[in-house]
Amino acid sequence: MTRLAIIDSGGANIASLMFAVERLGVESELTTDPARLRAASHVLLPGVGMASDCMARLESAGLIDTIRSLKQPVLGICVGMQLMFESSEEGNVACLGLLPGRVQRLRVGDDLPVPHMGWNQLELRRDSPLLKDIRSGDYVYFVHSYAAPASDLTLATSEYGEHFSAIVQRDNVFGVQFHPERSAKVGAQLLKNFLQL
Amino acid sequence: MRFRDHVVVGDILELAQRYRDEGADELVFYDITASPDGRSVDRSWIRRIARILDIPFCVAGGIRSVADAEEVLGEGAEKISVNSPALADPELITRLSQRFGAQCVVVGIDSLRDGDDYYVYQFTGDPSRTRNTARRTLDWVREVQERGAGEIVLNCMGSDGVRQGYDIEQLAAVRAICRVPLIASGGAGAMEHFATVFEQAHVDGALAASVFHKGIIAIPDLKAFLRNRAIEIRP
Repeated sequence: MTRLAIIDSGGANIASLMFAVERLGVESELTTDPARLRAASHVLLPGVGMASDCMARLESAGLIDTIRSLKQPVLGICVGMQLMFESSEEGNVACLGLLPGRVQRLRVGDDLPVPHMGWNQLELRRDSPLLKDIRSGDYVYFVHSYAAPASDLTLATSEYGEHFSAIVQRDNVFGVQFHPERSAKVGAQLLKNFLQL
Repeated sequence: MRFRDHVVVGDILELAQRYRDEGADELVFYDITASPDGRSVDRSWIRRIARILDIPFCVAGGIRSVADAEEVLGEGAEKISVNSPALADPELITRLSQRFGAQCVVVGIDSLRDGDDYYVYQFTGDPSRTRNTARRTLDWVREVQERGAGEIVLNCMGSDGVRQGYDIEQLAAVRAICRVPLIASGGAGAMEHFATVFEQAHVDGALAASVFHKGIIAIPDLKAFLRNRAIEIRP
């Protein structure tokens, strides 16, 4: 049975995420309790705002080691995905280190505003159960100023001035740079795929 | 690219569901009486909307403080839009942007040509109180960007409500100095108007209300039309 825990990282959009899984018929528990997280079948790590603030919140909740030791599927969303890497250029902060690499500010020319905000297309790079029924060219909704460069962890990229990682995976650790809770049917499909892992 | 719907009539939950299913990319819920009355929007509906919507939505009207914005965002809205309160207290934009990030902060601007220039109008929800603020629109567009606005919705009052097309000249003038996403508002009456505003004013989005509410344009038809014109848009 799915026991979904959402890490209460303090962001304003956690309600939207809870509603999104509710629409899939899945109950979720919002928590910062390490025991509850360990007992969950699936864990979501949402994040908004500055990576350094998010890391500080996880640290003060005593969750760093807990998150690092989770064995079940964990999905980081937006800044939550960024936190999974070794470090972020935003606030020059050390992150969870579940994935190798450093999150960088989007390198766009003068003609594109940052944050990258709006609907953009996915380009699939590798196969994964997380991508079931999701295709290259599908649109998802982004709001971000930083991103992980494309690497061999990348399941899908998007392009905004440069190609960046839109979806990543290594073992049980997954991350999406966009907001599945605001990405219409494609976002719902991705969350459903994650919950079926 | 996106376009949005600006909801002013009917049962909002039902409309929200309908536009979601038809493929709207974003919805704006706009209480146009909120500022003139000096009252705030009743916020109990935001959470009900958030439960059913799987696309971004913005709430406009009656947001005068960081605390107001916190409540609206906490209920599940993606963005907040400020207009008259930002004119009364431009520092509000700065405070909102610092607290929530530029991506949450939309500034709505009601603008009208007067002589050789465009000016910002205030309290446009109530015709008896609507007034020219004597601020030049282009100056205000520059200022709100400096203060941290993440997006600008420019409502061209001269074309609003008459469905004769967006004000391309004015939108192009604002586009030239606007580095953040610019959303056109006011004047949509036919599918051609949407194509023209993307092609000629290079806006990032187009907002419309009455053509959708009255069923003059169906969103799926509009999207197919725009894709045929090689305008990049979510199907």
